[in-house]
Amino acid sequence: MTSLNTRSSVVMEGPRHSSGAALKTYFVLIFFLALKAAGNSWMAWGMKQVPERMSMNPALYLHAMLNPFVAMGIAALILALLTRMALLSLADLSFVLPVTAIGYVIAVFLGKIFLHETVSRQRWLGTLLIFAGAVLVGTTSRNTTPPAEDPK
Amino acid sequence: MKWILVIVMVAATVLSDLLQSHEMKRAGEQSVSACGFARLLHTIAQRRLLILGVACNAVSFFAFMALVQTEPLSFAVPASSASFVLETVLAKFVLHERIGARRAAGALAVLAGVVLVGG
Repeated sequence: MTSLNTRSSVVMEGPRHSSGAALKTYFVLIFFLALKAAGNSWMAWGMKQVPERMSMNPALYLHAMLNPFVAMGIAALILALLTRMALLSLADLSFVLPVTAIGYVIAVFLGKIFLHETVSRQRWLGTLLIFAGAVLVGTTSRNTTPPAEDPK
Repeated sequence: MKWILVIVMVAATVLSDLLQSHEMKRAGEQSVSACGFARLLHTIAQRRLLILGVACNAVSFFAFMALVQTEPLSFAVPASSASFVLETVLAKFVLHERIGARRAAGALAVLAGVVLVGG
């Protein structure tokens, strides 16, 4: 993991579009998508095992967190939030938004494979459009703003 | 009521992402190793706007949860994609990102796809 820790890459490498930094961006993206998919799946699985219906009562939510799948889901989703912030440090917002939409594609496939959901033709078309759009955006240069003025 | 929730959700999402993008670019490139996460948490603790961004993220999450309690997902998901359009436009004019033809075309395809998947 140390090779990924390019803390001073902006200063050291000069050009911000080096292939190493680009690879790191895709690695962080895939890590985010995996965490998000795992977190949502564990959360959904765990919440189905919790007998009480959720309401405005916060005690019910705290009780739901005692379920190990819900707890794992929350942990994964918190890590996913942090990973997305790391991704935003590497790439433009207008890059991150479309490429992370791949998550919808993963959700459709996970639902199809594990939950045996039927996927309508309209949803397959939508999935295809999201994937094509994300690939198109993924090939644009990821960071187009001027360098940070106060890199800490 | 449902439109108030949509407005709160979209506004909170847009504000959250603009703040996070702006602050994270200033904080410099981060990594996702154990050290990287520790440093990231330290960065968040030091930057008030970043904390505000995360708080907005929570507001948007709860607004979405409240919305799906009363409205079908086929309304909630396309409604939440309104933030996608607003954010891309604001990324250009507020964050000064260069959005070329290829990125704009890709973003439009993704938007159409999200509406189809949700609808």
